[in-house]
Amino acid sequence: MAHVIVVTSGKGGVGKTTTSAAVAAGLAMKGKKTVVIDFDVGLRNLDLVMGCERRVVFDFINVINGDANLNQALIRDKRLDQLYVFPTSQTRDKDALKRNGVEKVLDELKQSFDYIVCDSPAGIEHGALTALYFADSAIVVTNPEVSSVRDSDRIIGILAAKSRRAERGEAPVNVHLLLTRYSAERVAKGEMLTVEDVQEILSIPLLGIIPESESVLRASNTGTPVIFDDQSPAGRAYSDAVARFLGETREMRFVKPERRSLFRTLFGRA
Amino acid sequence: MDFLRFLFGRRQASASIAKERLQLVLAHERAGRDAPDFLPALQRDLLAVIGKYVEIREDLVRVTIGRQNGASVLEINVEFDGSAKPIERPQRRAVPRPKPATRRPQADANSA
Repeated sequence: MAHVIVVTSGKGGVGKTTTSAAVAAGLAMKGKKTVVIDFDVGLRNLDLVMGCERRVVFDFINVINGDANLNQALIRDKRLDQLYVFPTSQTRDKDALKRNGVEKVLDELKQSFDYIVCDSPAGIEHGALTALYFADSAIVVTNPEVSSVRDSDRIIGILAAKSRRAERGEAPVNVHLLLTRYSAERVAKGEMLTVEDVQEILSIPLLGIIPESESVLRASNTGTPVIFDDQSPAGRAYSDAVARFLGETREMRFVKPERRSLFRTLFGRA
Repeated sequence: MDFLRFLFGRRQASASIAKERLQLVLAHERAGRDAPDFLPALQRDLLAVIGKYVEIREDLVRVTIGRQNGASVLEINVEFDGSAKPIERPQRRAVPRPKPATRRPQADANSA
């Protein structure tokens, strides 16, 4: 049975789409047949981050409305056989994501995929609630910063109360913390919440720490999920997070400030 | 040097200030958010009942549901300010007690 993962945060700009792209690609690299769905109706961006913006013909809303079938709308990734992108619509009708329509599409996707990654919009409105409703697992993307932590706490509360699993009284959504834009240097200076602080406040298990990295912007510039950049700290941190999600044990990296050699400082990549 | 120490000290503090502020605000928000729908009504009823016996201000009755050791705990916190006085109301009870002989309205009012 396919597993539905929602990537959510409450707050915008913390790295949901970057994470959705990286996690979906990472799962596909591990041989899992994966589709990543953009739930941000009206503000389509996953296609750009995945690098398939020029191949979008039909979208999520077209399929929900029966104007296209899944095979017409799904975009097969050119780098990974097992990876598909399901772009959203640019309609301004925010309520176009009807819950039973979404359920039908997800049920159909479950027939042929191992993992369905739902890239949630920011906020706690209709789109975000629909994205998390069907989730089996959630990756709560959080920056070590007060407003992001507070919003994550809110989203964790909503996952526990408003998801389908909660409504049906089933086992709760498996919630994971992914701390992004982490700067071990600033933490060491006492300028940034530590990973332990955030974990203590949110009290959910830690899936990974993604260090602040120039490679993230470079990746979105070129439409390549950052996990493909196995030289970059962010790419490696995402690989670790995906491995942990699949049950492997990986030591947390990038928690301590990195000692940079003069050579790396002058010529190295972040 | 003092200037540097001042800057350094300030930096040291900001993450821990963030943590403290978050813990405070979230403790408050979580209590409100997880509350079942009946809590405000329960609080109103409790206020009415307690109000029959002593003068009480609305903001001094707090009803919360929390979790302790895996069990839900209903916590009713009634604070009296120093001036809380018994209310003199001789015919307070609508339903008589099982043993009418022991009912002494005067005594009740005093012991409340």
